[in-house]
Amino acid sequence: MRLTFRSAVTGLVLATLTFAAVQISDAADSPNPPADLKAFQKYFTDKFPKLKLKDFVNGPYSMDAGLYKQWKEKEEFPPYEFALAAGKELFNKPFKNGKTFADCFPNKGIGIRQNYPTFDKKQGKVVTLELAVNQCLENNGEKPFSYTKDEMASVTAYMAFTSRGKPFNIKIPNDPRALAAYENGKRYFYTRRGQLNFSCATCHVQIPGDHIRAEVLAPALGILNAMPIYRSEWAGMGTTSRRFTSCNSQVRAVPLTPQDDEYRDLEYYLSYVSNGLPISGPGARP
Amino acid sequence: MASTIRVRATSSGDTTEVQALIQHPMDSGFVKNSAGELIPPHFIQQLTFEYGGKPVFIADWGPAVSKDPYVKFSFKGGKKGGDLKISWLDNKGASDSFTAKIQ
Repeated sequence: MRLTFRSAVTGLVLATLTFAAVQISDAADSPNPPADLKAFQKYFTDKFPKLKLKDFVNGPYSMDAGLYKQWKEKEEFPPYEFALAAGKELFNKPFKNGKTFADCFPNKGIGIRQNYPTFDKKQGKVVTLELAVNQCLENNGEKPFSYTKDEMASVTAYMAFTSRGKPFNIKIPNDPRALAAYENGKRYFYTRRGQLNFSCATCHVQIPGDHIRAEVLAPALGILNAMPIYRSEWAGMGTTSRRFTSCNSQVRAVPLTPQDDEYRDLEYYLSYVSNGLPISGPGARP
Repeated sequence: MASTIRVRATSSGDTTEVQALIQHPMDSGFVKNSAGELIPPHFIQQLTFEYGGKPVFIADWGPAVSKDPYVKFSFKGGKKGGDLKISWLDNKGASDSFTAKIQ
């Protein structure tokens, strides 16, 4: 009994040490996103030496052989198909003023998912794809979508689908506000909160591949590449906003409003450190 | 409006393997919405697969089947290029059908 206990403790200490290594390199004197990215990706490739970098975008499926098999079968008949069809229809449907989503986005909105979130110098803030979709609607006198599911998830699912395979290409422009947003997102990611005292990193950096009850935790690397996702748990589609708010409630913290500054900054940081990994959205998750 | 039915039927030799995904809320009638009111039951009662005018698979469903149900089965006698007709009928009288070519 004591032996088991001790080995458990050693395991925990080791995990904490490796975890700390990521943070120390992160906590250099001045913010250095490229160094963060390198350290972040190295941490995961060292932790899972058998996985190729692009495998990380498949979250829990890359971690567990049984789940992988189930997923391969599911991919022949993906549960997000209906959302994809609905999204394509919504995307091409003209607004009341005759314009469409294509008029709001570069390259008519096709194959651009990998560039979002982006730092908008005019607005002085991080603009996520979801925010851009709603800004497009509002600028054209339409009612904005709910940030968490339904139409928003369908439209972003379609947009992500047209970007499949393209590597994440998040840029941090030479603007102190952009760097501040990045740093703020990073801080949010590593800050513990809620009754359970978990940070985002607790589950998705420290112990990905392990189980929480029957769920296999996804690695933080590549986690946003699959957004939006169909979750069997939700019996439907959800956006990055939905994932963030539900993560916060699961650790018994009070979730922020979807597309809050902090959430957008978090998405900015988390997307940036996954630069180079391909878009795999829309994804399916247990 | 796109069809609520997605089908993939592949024939290999004498058996045809069919996979289908149907978009339907499948409300059981026992679940409450966020305002605390019961969501009225709304579920598929019968699902039929027909080949050559004859049913090859009939499912009598009830409220226990989950949302956007998925079905997989195989039958003998299907030929490549043949028509497989799928239809469903729910408790509110709504229905949909779709004809797929066997590949």
